[in-house]
Amino acid sequence: MTPHTQTREGKTTIVALVENKPGVLNRVVSLFRRRAFNVDSLTVGRTHKEHVSRMTIVVDSATISPYRVKANLEKLINVIDVQVLTNDTPHVSRDLVLVKVRTDGAERSNGVTGVCERYPAKIIDIGPDVAIIEMSGTEDLVEKFVDELRPFDIVELVRTGLVAMGRGTRIQDTDYEPVKVKNGNGVYKTTV
Amino acid sequence: MQLTGAEIIMECLLRENVKVMFGYPGGAILPTYDAMTKYLDRMHHVLVRHEQGASHMADGYARATGEVGVCIATSGPGATNLITGLATAMMDSSPIVAITGQVGTGAIGSDAFQETDVTGATLPVTKHNYLVTDVEELAYTIKEAFYIARSGRPGPVLIDIPKDVQNAVTEFIYPEEEIVLPGYQLPSPASDSEIAAALELIHNAERPVILAGHGITLSGAGHELQELAEIANIPIAQTLLGKGCIPEEHPLVIGWMGMHGDACANHAIQEADLLIALGMRFDDRVTGNLKTYSPNSKKIHVDIDPSELGKNVPVDVGINGDLKTVIGQWLPGLKQCSHPEWLNRIRDWQEDSHERDILNHESNGKLLTAQVINDLWKYTDGNALTVSDVGQHQMLEAQYYPHQRPAMMLTSGGLGTMGFGFPAAIGAKFGKPEEEVWAIVGDGGVQMTICEMATARQENINVNLAIINNNFLGMVRQWQELFYDKRYNATPMFSPDFCKLAEAYDIPSMRVTSRDQIEESVEFARSIDGPVLIEYMVEKEEMVYPMVASGADLHDMKRRPKPGEEVKQ
Repeated sequence: MTPHTQTREGKTTIVALVENKPGVLNRVVSLFRRRAFNVDSLTVGRTHKEHVSRMTIVVDSATISPYRVKANLEKLINVIDVQVLTNDTPHVSRDLVLVKVRTDGAERSNGVTGVCERYPAKIIDIGPDVAIIEMSGTEDLVEKFVDELRPFDIVELVRTGLVAMGRGTRIQDTDYEPVKVKNGNGVYKTTV
Repeated sequence: MQLTGAEIIMECLLRENVKVMFGYPGGAILPTYDAMTKYLDRMHHVLVRHEQGASHMADGYARATGEVGVCIATSGPGATNLITGLATAMMDSSPIVAITGQVGTGAIGSDAFQETDVTGATLPVTKHNYLVTDVEELAYTIKEAFYIARSGRPGPVLIDIPKDVQNAVTEFIYPEEEIVLPGYQLPSPASDSEIAAALELIHNAERPVILAGHGITLSGAGHELQELAEIANIPIAQTLLGKGCIPEEHPLVIGWMGMHGDACANHAIQEADLLIALGMRFDDRVTGNLKTYSPNSKKIHVDIDPSELGKNVPVDVGINGDLKTVIGQWLPGLKQCSHPEWLNRIRDWQEDSHERDILNHESNGKLLTAQVINDLWKYTDGNALTVSDVGQHQMLEAQYYPHQRPAMMLTSGGLGTMGFGFPAAIGAKFGKPEEEVWAIVGDGGVQMTICEMATARQENINVNLAIINNNFLGMVRQWQELFYDKRYNATPMFSPDFCKLAEAYDIPSMRVTSRDQIEESVEFARSIDGPVLIEYMVEKEEMVYPMVASGADLHDMKRRPKPGEEVKQ
């Protein structure tokens, strides 16, 4: 497999650790909208700590400095840590795609199987007419894979958007623990 | 101690040292108003006539005192009426805590009576906001809200509290622990390399200018700024909100900058080889065309908000920090500098500025806004706390009423909120009862919040309301004259007889039609312990000069024409 750059040209990946609280996603999205920051993709998910979520945001660095995005993200009270991953920052990134393609007829069916063999792809559902294929890789790789499948009639497609992580000991984590508030019945309680 | 949520709100406000709240009751906030009755011996509540007034009053209080201003409103329309005031405070970094009632937690999302998604609606215009759904979290949330509002770059924080949370009873234990917010770090002092880089630029500059903004006032860094300027002999230009951050009569203060700023300050900025921007944000009204803005200068920018550094203008040395700390760090290494040629050049511009723009007011019997403000300055000994509204009078107030102390000219600079002046002046007077407070406003803006005359009367608050009446929306008219071929659409304005209106509100008033009555009007205002309205009938079609047209180069100023001279279009 040829090596691919982790971030596409003109795009920069930003990783933000945020408090896992209601409304935080809304705050981040609202910030991008009102500052007119162009976002390519935004994913959010849990981490190994239940009170911390992690967002991976791909921005169009041709139109906006990712460091300005970082500075503005850090102004949000619920955002704990923000790092900009450029191609100079060793990191890995993955985008996952599910593609439903037509597989009726031997020619199509064999073609699809052939493409899948050349990529780290899995056929996860198969029927007489269509199959669902899962593949994950850098965005570039996903683009290429999808392009190769196009001749076989893609009927449905979904991508998760990019997730990324610094390589080696570049660890982005937080030792933050939610404040235990003594209130009410004198019981320590986690603020939400 | 078993308390209701509403009582907890009051207990927490007491502990934040809140003396006065500006608000308006309603269904969803009624439990709080009921609990308030037990606390009115320690805190005062001002009943406003419109919630926008409450937010501006809290803002005016905050700007005048540096303390957090508090406003209260009910759910739905009460809360949405606060939004203009929150946005105003957000733009000008003013610390406010707004408390709003919300429908019961069970009814949220059901389009209940007077329900609005207030945290959603206020998200872009607050520094932070909360919806408290559990009474156990109320005390800590209020403490956190005050901490966020007043620390770092100050700003408005809103707490939305459902009615059932206000009614819920719990054991109240005030959270004594310090606020710890993982994603909210206050800036640390500047690094040695940042200090060295800044000092090197300062020491090597031949034509330096300091741009002093609101941050100097907010940080209380006036003394440090003055030392910096005096040791290194650097002229200071102030922003609109920076006015008075060091005394304007100081010989190194060359005026204020921007669209209607002093021509000499704008010239100095354009010709400078070093700009030292302190607590200002290169707003478009300050820079004009960014492409030609101060083209030959290096830039040092210090701001408490890192997202401001490099936002509009690329900087050579950007330091994220508190100004009092950062300038204090510069001072020990700062060498004496002198730039006599540069200062002489600025002095020449200054003289030209005064001649063209200030002294060129030949009296022809007509009363001009500039004269009114100049004479108010004269007869109040330049020592009043003035609050402006937005428009021509605001710019003229900045030009003709110099201030010698910080936080003595309050104005909505960033958002440009008409209707701000009068309620903000009421709030300021509550914060600074010892100051002589003048709301100097236009006939347009005052009508947006004129209902607060009733508030002023009910509170018998000693605010002097000076209405500059030209029967026009003057600044819009000025733009129409200059850029829209004098098509005065929707700017000529009928206004009520303000003196009669004052009478209806039981407020003493006076109408001034000639310049020789101005001194008397000040004496009249001073003779009354309570609200006073003075209406100054001024020339209809005045212009504010100098003027940098929107988007034009900062040095490309329209100047006041000399007698017999045509305006350069």
